Amino acid sequence: MTAKIAEEWLNSCSGCEIAIVDMGQRLLDILDKAEFVHIPVLLDHKYLGQLGDGRHIEIPEADVGIISGGIRNEEHLEVAQEMRSKCRTIAALGTCATHGGIPALTNAYHTDAVLERYYSTETTDKPDHWPDDGVPACLDACYALDEKIKVDIYLPGCPPHPDHVYAALAALLEGTTPVLPARSVCDTCPTMRAGKGQLKQLRRFLQAPHYGSPQEPLDKMRCLLEQGLLCMGPVTRAGCGGDKTTPRCIAARVPCRGCYGPVKQDGNQLLDMLNALASNGIEIGSLPEHPSLLRFSGAHRLLRPARQGKES
Amino acid sequence: MSQTITIAPITRIEGHASIAIQLDDAGNVQDSKVHIMSLRGFEKFVEGKPAEELPRIVNRICGICPWQHHLASNKAVDRCFGVTPPPAGRKLRELMQTISHAEDKLLHFFFLAAADFVIGPDSDYAVRNVIGIARANPELARKVVQMRYMAKMMLEKFAGKAIHPIAGVVGGFSKPLLEAERKEFLAKMHQLLDFALFTIDFAKTEIFPKYLDTITSLGAIKTGFIGTVDDDGALDLYDGKIRLMKPDMSFIEFDSQDYADYIGEHVEPYSYGKLPYARCWNEGFSLDLAEPRGIYRSNCLARVNVADKMATPRAQAELEEFREKFGRPAQATLLYHWARLIEEVYACEHAIELLEDPEITDTNIRAKVEPKAGRGVGCLEAPRGTLIHDYATDENGLITRANMIVGTTHNLGPINMSVNQAARSLIKNGEISEGTLNRIEMAVRAYDP
Repeated sequence: MTAKIAEEWLNSCSGCEIAIVDMGQRLLDILDKAEFVHIPVLLDHKYLGQLGDGRHIEIPEADVGIISGGIRNEEHLEVAQEMRSKCRTIAALGTCATHGGIPALTNAYHTDAVLERYYSTETTDKPDHWPDDGVPACLDACYALDEKIKVDIYLPGCPPHPDHVYAALAALLEGTTPVLPARSVCDTCPTMRAGKGQLKQLRRFLQAPHYGSPQEPLDKMRCLLEQGLLCMGPVTRAGCGGDKTTPRCIAARVPCRGCYGPVKQDGNQLLDMLNALASNGIEIGSLPEHPSLLRFSGAHRLLRPARQGKES
Repeated sequence: MSQTITIAPITRIEGHASIAIQLDDAGNVQDSKVHIMSLRGFEKFVEGKPAEELPRIVNRICGICPWQHHLASNKAVDRCFGVTPPPAGRKLRELMQTISHAEDKLLHFFFLAAADFVIGPDSDYAVRNVIGIARANPELARKVVQMRYMAKMMLEKFAGKAIHPIAGVVGGFSKPLLEAERKEFLAKMHQLLDFALFTIDFAKTEIFPKYLDTITSLGAIKTGFIGTVDDDGALDLYDGKIRLMKPDMSFIEFDSQDYADYIGEHVEPYSYGKLPYARCWNEGFSLDLAEPRGIYRSNCLARVNVADKMATPRAQAELEEFREKFGRPAQATLLYHWARLIEEVYACEHAIELLEDPEITDTNIRAKVEPKAGRGVGCLEAPRGTLIHDYATDENGLITRANMIVGTTHNLGPINMSVNQAARSLIKNGEISEGTLNRIEMAVRAYDP
């Protein structure tokens, strides 16, 4: 019997869905083994029946439910709850679903402040009131999935590498649990580390890191953090490079920003990074600002509006 | 009794939208609305962030066209900090953007749109999709998947990440292109060009003739158009002047830095997404089908309408054939599909041009940058239209204000109009079928929102 899969996207960008499509030939293999019963990006199954006359969101029963994106409004919440009630296993796909992702940067502000800015930019004809006709009300913050529904499997990444998406889907279709790398980006990074140095200050990413000729392999380049560039590798889960393992940002000679979320599901990338810097004698004050250390994991109430209306 | 039909969600598009169609007592269409269902508020939460980090944050606006957000953002920050990338840095950015255009159009045509034509608009939804196409024509499906995968892996192998890229950096690009990589890219782009030519021939022989009536009537409206052209008036995806054309073909051109003098954004209570309009036409905003005001369209059909020509030979030949058949400007909404395939040919040809330029392997790819106070608008053509990122920075180079107009939003007004037109012409006396509702969605899908 083929396994049934339902897929939904919530407060997201569709990058996770494209990562599914980017499995290439492996996508066709999955399609042979599984039946998608609901996936809005590819399939025309409708919430309110095919003639649009139903009253409540309805998603068919499935063995596996995959959800990308966090929960930011009432419709996201309703869809997530319906998915939970209809799917035996729920997998959170991508860092928005597991930790809020970039959209959870909104959590540094009250929702009203976000709406106020969006509807009063210099090109906008400011309305008398914000949209409320047939559009779902915003919640007070952007939530990771497991703040609102039970999640069985976590597949972080922004987006998850297609190799991981495939491995996870293949495991789920066989009824086993996908295994995530339990290491940090640093553990898989080929760059050279010399150990604690004289570094006191971090510099912003305004110049290329030092390395020899462009032909030189990455293992001849010194660790970017040791070169004084903020790199979130120590506090970020490994895996972004897929089967080839080399971290993707490092491969482009660019420092990591933490897109796979914390090494442990309930870690705090901001605290862990500040600790790592402090224990190496690096002045935390040399960072231009702090909330960006939670840019991928601001859900779970980690990023909050400051009391005086100032960013936390 | 009056009744509301809800199509939710609109499927095989990128994003969250639904359609509400109100019928009167006789079962005819009284009104329709396209609801854009969510809002993330990037304009607010990028405030206070170091500007050089924005290209790695705002790419999350869209997972289908992250390269375009990434690069428009880089261009805006370059301007804020008063820096000009070296020629090779600029060319590498343009190469990445061009390859991603080529990849994106294959995705839309085969994965999202084609099922309506290859399987048929009235067929069962269980097979009216890319999975159905894969079963009906496995050889074609394999080829499509292989070509797209090749394009995506070119981007990933060279630039680290294909989705949510990081290789564009303030002042240029993060790594140079090696000669061996250039040769490999060139060979692959020739394969992609062959496939682009196959695709447009396939569409012109197998698809468009069969559906010509539908193509020229479904969701048809009359609007102006927006797009970017170079100094010769040829379509340019990466840089140039913005040309804003009225339905009568008269047009104005402006520098993207001045966009706010020309474009306004209207707010409707039924949509979180704002609806841009041509404020400079001084006629206000109206979605009235007979007499729209301020309404123009973006994306491929708009670009091939505003451009005088295509800068590459095969694409130019395709444009001439297209104009011969449909005139200029072509208004029929489903002609977006055709225009998209012309642009696919152009993107492949142009990527080859860029790769044949010896300067592209120069190792001077990044200019020295100092953060400072400034303002900058970064603009380019995303697959779905003219993309505008507008930032201001303080003396530390932190963002103080950001405004963004995203490609698809230009089309939100026109999409509402096309849905209204399609619903009025297809729904009579309360008779509704799945096929009817899918055809209304086809009027949306053409825009690839």
